[in-house]
Amino acid sequence: MTKDVESTVGDPIADPGLPEHQYRPQDVDAKFERRTERQIATMFGLATLLLLGFCVSYFAIDSDVRIFAFGDPSSGTAFGGWSAQNFALGGTLGGALLLIGVGIIQWAKKLMGDHEMIEMRHPVRSSDEDRASVMAEINAGVNESGIARRPLIRNSLLGAIGAMGLPAIVMLRDLGPLPHGHTNTVWKKGMRVVNDVSGTPIKPSDLKVGQLVNAEPAIFFETDEDGHPVMHGHEVAAAKAKAAVILVRMRPEDITPAKGRENWGVDGILCYSKICTHVGCPISLWEQQTHHLLCPCHQSTFDLADNGKVVFGPAYRPLPQLPLAVDSEGYLVAVSDFPDIVAPSYPELARDQKKLDEKFGGDA
Amino acid sequence: MSNNTFTRVEDSPTGKKLAGPVGWLDDRLGLAAAGKKNLRKVFPEHWSFMLGEVALWSFVVLLLTGVFLTLWFVPSMGLVEYQGSYKPLYGIEMSEAYASTLNISFDIRGGLLIRQIHHWGALLFVAAMMAHMLRVFFTGAYRKPREINWLIGVGLLSLGMVEGFTGYSLPDDLLSGTGLRFVDGMIRSIPLVGSYIEFFVFGGEFPGEAIVPRLYIAHVLLIPAILLGLVGAHMLLLVYHKHTQWPGPGRTNENVVGYPMLPVYMAKAGGFFFIVFGVLALFGAIIQINPVWVYGPYNPSEVTAGSQPDWYMGFSEGLVRLMPPLETTWFGWTFTWSVFLPAVGGLGLVFTSLALWPFIERWITGDEREHHLLERPRNAPVRTALGVAAMTMYGVGWAAGGNDIIALKFGLDIFAITWVLRIGFFVFPVIAFIVTKRICISLQRKDNETLSHGWETGVIDRSPAGGYAERHAPLPVEKAYALTSSREPLPELESERPKKADAKGVRNPKYRKQSLRHRLREFYYSGSVDQPSREEIEHANEHLVGADQHPIELGEDFQGISETGVPRVH
Repeated sequence: MTKDVESTVGDPIADPGLPEHQYRPQDVDAKFERRTERQIATMFGLATLLLLGFCVSYFAIDSDVRIFAFGDPSSGTAFGGWSAQNFALGGTLGGALLLIGVGIIQWAKKLMGDHEMIEMRHPVRSSDEDRASVMAEINAGVNESGIARRPLIRNSLLGAIGAMGLPAIVMLRDLGPLPHGHTNTVWKKGMRVVNDVSGTPIKPSDLKVGQLVNAEPAIFFETDEDGHPVMHGHEVAAAKAKAAVILVRMRPEDITPAKGRENWGVDGILCYSKICTHVGCPISLWEQQTHHLLCPCHQSTFDLADNGKVVFGPAYRPLPQLPLAVDSEGYLVAVSDFPDIVAPSYPELARDQKKLDEKFGGDA
Repeated sequence: MSNNTFTRVEDSPTGKKLAGPVGWLDDRLGLAAAGKKNLRKVFPEHWSFMLGEVALWSFVVLLLTGVFLTLWFVPSMGLVEYQGSYKPLYGIEMSEAYASTLNISFDIRGGLLIRQIHHWGALLFVAAMMAHMLRVFFTGAYRKPREINWLIGVGLLSLGMVEGFTGYSLPDDLLSGTGLRFVDGMIRSIPLVGSYIEFFVFGGEFPGEAIVPRLYIAHVLLIPAILLGLVGAHMLLLVYHKHTQWPGPGRTNENVVGYPMLPVYMAKAGGFFFIVFGVLALFGAIIQINPVWVYGPYNPSEVTAGSQPDWYMGFSEGLVRLMPPLETTWFGWTFTWSVFLPAVGGLGLVFTSLALWPFIERWITGDEREHHLLERPRNAPVRTALGVAAMTMYGVGWAAGGNDIIALKFGLDIFAITWVLRIGFFVFPVIAFIVTKRICISLQRKDNETLSHGWETGVIDRSPAGGYAERHAPLPVEKAYALTSSREPLPELESERPKKADAKGVRNPKYRKQSLRHRLREFYYSGSVDQPSREEIEHANEHLVGADQHPIELGEDFQGISETGVPRVH
C-alpha cells in the first residue's frame, strides 16, 4: 500500500525536462573569470578597511558631535542632527557587512558551479513493513509494562502526575497580593487639589473659563516632620495611576449636572479623573468649545459639561467626577473620594460600585 | 568548467588535507552517513524563498545585539536620580531600567547603534515572518506533508510578537509604560479572573515594581529559548521534507531541482546573513527609532498624543479603537467586552484561524496527496480570496490603529474615519473576497486561453478582404508545462452530492456532516475552471500551425512586439 510521491494527476503536458545549461561569461572566458575574482577580492578588502574605520571612529569621534546635512544648526532649521559617532560606527559596520555579503553571493553566483542538480523526493511516510514493526514494538512495550492490565497502578500514577500540577499552580500564588484597592484612591475629604508639576494649591480665581489644569492630590507633595515625602517611590506611581485628575472651568450655565451633582463644582470649575475608564490612559486632549475631553490612546471622548458622559469611542463608563469645595484659605479641595470607580473596568466592578453607592448614600 | 579526468578523492588536494579530520570525527560521531545525504542537498531557487531567510537572519542579529545590550541594561524599577550625560533629564528621578537605557544610548559608545539595530531587527523579524507566512499561504506550501511545519510557523509568529512586545516594554519610558497600561486594562477585562491575573502579573497594583524584571527574564531567556527551539524544528523539517519548488521544465512533484547546499547555498545563505545584518546596521546608523529620551520616564498620569505601538501590534490596537462601548453585568460580574473582544479575542481569532486553516482546507478538498509543487494563487481562487479578505481586515485594523495620525495628517474628522473603518471592517473584506476571486478566475481563464489558442505575437495580418487579425503562436512547451503541471483537476461535484437516504430508503446517518462538507466544496470550487485537456491543447496547437498560412520566421528569441513596433528580444 506504499505509494510513491505521486505526480499531479492529469498533467496535460509532458515534462520537457531541464532546459539546456547556459554558460556564464566566467565559465568560458578566463579574462572574465579573473576580473570577477578581482572584483570580489576588492569587496572583501574594502570591508576590512571599513572595519578598521569602525575602530578608528570608536576612539576618535566624541559622542556629542552632531552632523547636519544642510542648514544652520544654531538656527534650528538644519536637517539631520545625527550623532556623528553613531553615524560613523553604523556606516562603517553596515558597509563592511554589505560588502562581505555581496562578495560572498557574487562568488556563489559567478564562480561556483552552477549546474542545476536533480534530487528525487521520497514519500514522507515509512514503508508498511516499518509501520507494522513499529506497531509491534509499541504493542510489545505496552504489553510488557502491563499498563493496560494494571489499571490500579496506571490510574494512581496518572492521579499523582495530575496532582503535580497543584504545587506548580500553588507556588505561583506569591506572584502578587490578592486584588484590592480598586474602590478607593488617596483622595479624601479636605485634601487640596494641587498643580501636578509644582504641587502648588489652586484657587478658583487661578482658572479662566475654558482652561484645563492637570492636577493631583496634595498628599504626593506633602512631607513629614523630617522633611521626607509622606508617600514615595512606587506607592506614588500606583496612587497616581488612580488619583490623577484634571480641573476644567466652564461657564456655569453650560454645565448640566446630574441630580445630586449640583454642588460638586465651584464657580463652574469641575474636577474629573484623568484616567480613562477604557484602558487607563491619562486623558487631557481638551476641546474648549465643545467641553469634550479626548483620550489620545483610543479616542474615547467624554463630555465634561454633561457629567463626563461618553460621547464617542470604546469607553463604556463615564469619567468619574470628584466633588469639589473650597477650604478656609480659599483653595480647591476634595469633598470626598471619588463616588465612582476610577480607571479601567474589571470583573468585580459592579459589586464594588454597589458598595460605593451605599457608602455615599446613593445620592450619586 | 568541469574536469572530466578522473581523480580518486583520496589523491585530490582536499582529500589529502581533510581525510584525517573527517575520519577522526566520523570515528567518534559517525556522521558520514548523514553527511553523505545532506552536504550536497539540493535547494530550489526563487526570490520568495528568501523571505523566511530574512526572518531567520534578523533573529540571529537580534540574538547578537541583544547579548550586547544585556551587558548594560539594568532590569529594575528601583528609582534612581539620573546622573548621565543627557542634560535635559539630568537629576530627574527615574527607574534604573530607563536610566540604563539612557546610559546605553548616550554613554556607551556604539550602544545607541546596537539599540537601534536591535529595534529595527525586531520590526524586520516580525515583518519577514509575516511576509514569509503569506508566501506559504498563497502558494499552498502548507499542504501535506508540511502542516506541522505550518503550525510551528504560527507558533513562531505569535511568540515573535510577544517577544517584541516584552522588549518594547523594558526601557520603562513614557511610551512603553503607556503600552503596559493598555496591557493592564486588557488583563483586567478578562472575565471573572481579570483582577487576580492583574495583581499576579504586576505583583500588586499597576505599575508596581515587578513587571520590568519579569518581562526581562521572559524577553532574554524564556521566549528566545522557545523561539530557538522552534526555529531549529522548523529548519529540520524543511531539510527533511525538502523545499517546495515552483513548477517549471524538469520540475515535478517527485523531484527537487536546484543548487547543492555545499557550496552554493552555504555561500548564498551565509552571504545573505551579512546583507541582512548590513542593512540593519545602516538603518541603525541613519534612521532613528524609539528615541526614549524624548518621551521621558514613565509617569502614569502623563501620555503623549499619537501614542502608537510597534507596527505588528497596530492591528490589535486598531480593533480596540474601533470597538463601540460594550459592557455587561451578569450575576454581579462585570464583563468588559469593549476591551476583551478586540484585544484578547482579535489576536486569538487570528492565530486560531491560521492554525486551523490547513486542516479545514484539507477537510473540504479531501486531498490526501503530498504536494511539493507550489500552486499559483490564481489556481486556488477561494483560498487566495480568503487570504486577501483576511489581509484587508488586517489592513482596516491597522489603519484604525493610526486613526488619530490619519486624521491629523489628512485633516479629516476622526469620528468619521472611525465610523468608516467600523463599517469597513465588515464590508471591505467581502468586497476584497469577491474581487480577488473574480480576478483569480479570470487569470485561470486567461491561462486556458493561452494554452488552447497560443499567445499573442503582436504580428498583425491583413487578409485579402481587408480584415485584420493578430497572429497567435503556440506556447513554448516549457511555459505550457509550467502553467499546467501544478494545477489540480476540479472534482465532479454534481455526482457526489450526499443523499438523505439511500435507494432503499435507509436514512443516511452522516447526512448533515456530508451535506455541510458538500456545500463547502461547492463554495471552494465555485467559478473555477478546469484546464484544457491534453487532447484539447494538441488539437489547438495543430489548428494554430495549420491556420498559419504564411508562417514568418519568428526566431527562438521572439517575445512579441513592443509598443513601438520593435520585436522584443529576451
